[in-house]
Amino acid sequence: MSERVATTPGLYPLPDRAKEDLADLKGHQKGDLIDGSEGPAITDVYDRARAEAVADQDDAGLDRIVEGQLRWDDLLAHPLTVSDAVETGGIVRYYDNNNFYRDPQIVNDLQPTGDVAAELEAVRGSTEGPLQAVLPGPYALADLATDEHYGDEAELLAGVAEFLAGEAEQLPPHETLFLLDPSLVTSPPDDDIAERLPAAVDRVAGATDADVVLHSYWGAHDETAYAHLMDADIDAFGVDLIHEREDTLYNLTEYGTHDDVALGVVDGQNTRVETPETVRERADWFEERVPSQAFDTVYLAANTELFYLPVAPYREKLSALAAAADEEEVAA
Amino acid sequence: MSRPADNRAQFRPDDHPNDHFLLTTVVGSYPKPKWLDRARELDESGDLDDAAWAEAQDDAARLITGEHERAGLDTVVDGEMRREEMTEFFAARIGGYEFNGPVKVWGHNYFDKPSVVDEVSYEEPWLVDEFAFTSDVATRPVKVPITGPYTLASWSFDEVYGDEAALARDLADLVNEEVEALVDAGARYVQIDEPALATTPDDHALVGECLDRIVAGISEDVRVGLHVCYGDYSRIYPEVLEFPVDEVDLELCNGDYEQVDVFESPEFTTDLALGVVDAHDAGVESVEQIEQNIRQGLRVVPPERLTVSPDCGLKLLPREAAYQKTANLVTAARNVEADLDAGRIDLDTPVPIP
Repeated sequence: MSERVATTPGLYPLPDRAKEDLADLKGHQKGDLIDGSEGPAITDVYDRARAEAVADQDDAGLDRIVEGQLRWDDLLAHPLTVSDAVETGGIVRYYDNNNFYRDPQIVNDLQPTGDVAAELEAVRGSTEGPLQAVLPGPYALADLATDEHYGDEAELLAGVAEFLAGEAEQLPPHETLFLLDPSLVTSPPDDDIAERLPAAVDRVAGATDADVVLHSYWGAHDETAYAHLMDADIDAFGVDLIHEREDTLYNLTEYGTHDDVALGVVDGQNTRVETPETVRERADWFEERVPSQAFDTVYLAANTELFYLPVAPYREKLSALAAAADEEEVAA
Repeated sequence: MSRPADNRAQFRPDDHPNDHFLLTTVVGSYPKPKWLDRARELDESGDLDDAAWAEAQDDAARLITGEHERAGLDTVVDGEMRREEMTEFFAARIGGYEFNGPVKVWGHNYFDKPSVVDEVSYEEPWLVDEFAFTSDVATRPVKVPITGPYTLASWSFDEVYGDEAALARDLADLVNEEVEALVDAGARYVQIDEPALATTPDDHALVGECLDRIVAGISEDVRVGLHVCYGDYSRIYPEVLEFPVDEVDLELCNGDYEQVDVFESPEFTTDLALGVVDAHDAGVESVEQIEQNIRQGLRVVPPERLTVSPDCGLKLLPREAAYQKTANLVTAARNVEADLDAGRIDLDTPVPIP
């Protein structure tokens, strides 16, 4: 019987009061977003919001605690937009969503900043739960960036992977690292880049002792990319069971998968709250449909980041995930 | 399959100073006076009676309509003083919606993204009172921005339909009902805002189908525009030319016109409303800069089919910046018209893309 672990991909909604306080302190324009140089008043609001995000997870009973990524104004591009080697351009659309981030234009060799490590450090000691770090996957971060330095896609991917490895090396101790990489689904790599994916992912995954989950969403992996990614030294794929789940199953049964898996069984973009029974049924459905693989650890997660939701349904969804994993323990 | 675009001339002022006429307009929203925000807070906490709140909104609508006229715009809007947000406002008036709290759009800009919890229905007019008031206080023609059904569907949480296309079609029929009511009330310039089209460009056929439903039975004397913003336009062009609209309004200034070449081929056969000032940068573009921006539009359409507008709604800007951008936009348009009249602009040699 697999162990079911309730977690999330992070990037939480800010508490409503912090939304207002930060809008007042920071402003509404492009130049007002986080660049890593915020002063004490803004830092204080984020510290309090972060404590709430941790409390939300502890209250719900999640098995992994994320920092919440509440400062990530530029969403998955955040690690770039706090880097000195990056200039920010106009606002651009975040995948196919009604969300925007500043175009991160890489103009120099990327050097790790320690920004993400400092965020995770800030929650150490405030929870007894095992910590989970969150970073963008190297392919997604390269995809979200505008390259004005590395010169070609392969060099860019390698440079971004090196950068992320440097960020991962600075992380405080953590049980799990989620690499969020929706771009693998939304803009699949061409064959040349697909061949280079395992090395790029390995560079980042090798920088931590934690279990590494490469989580993609908004559909299934492109078949070629998936086949190549099977060569990457990670512990689990994270897959989206809300969108195109049959195609995902096809990849897993055709090319195999790892001993662990993360399942996006809660919709991070819909206020309709799943019951724990629904969450469990979705996970059961998946495990039954992949007979070739007995899983050790099955992470029950939201398919996407959770910042798309209002605060109330976000909290209810955390509870649904935790309850689904708990019921499983009771049943076992 | 654009509609016949000769409905532009009705917006040319009698005292227009130049032979050429670049229709100047705004996308819609505008910064609210601070006292209106305070009045809204009082209203929400129950400390303002309904009549006082209605009067506050009337005062703001009158004020901003006048501000648009002083800026010299050919067509004006009330700055959407009665609307907090482009989805919320409509969802609050459409049956079948409920609200669960604010969600992020970008930075610290949020909206109360509504949830569809029942079949949508038309229960009361959405904009007829707003239009009647604005056209009563305005001396210039009034444009009515309406959030499009595709965007209303995309920017809602759908807990019921399980099929965004079905929800969008139902909403399109409601928008058609509203446009009919507006036209009956005298509206002659309607703009359907479909920013969500840029998020899911593969759905352009659905947006076209929704627009067909919206314009069904609407006279061709009524100018119908479509506003789209912040996306990769190569994914929706030339498909947008098939839409039954007179004018397509595009954000292009924010990206420094790097996408303008998308529209040069095939020929842009509908009117172009070109964004010439950035809606998300408080720095005010100079008149000379805006003249250069307007000339980017002449790469795409001839002057008689060019409308000049900001990139998007200006509501997030400081009010002074919004006014100065609008005033500079009008001055720049009049200068370009004069240059065209004098033959100082060679349309066969377009300005280079920056």
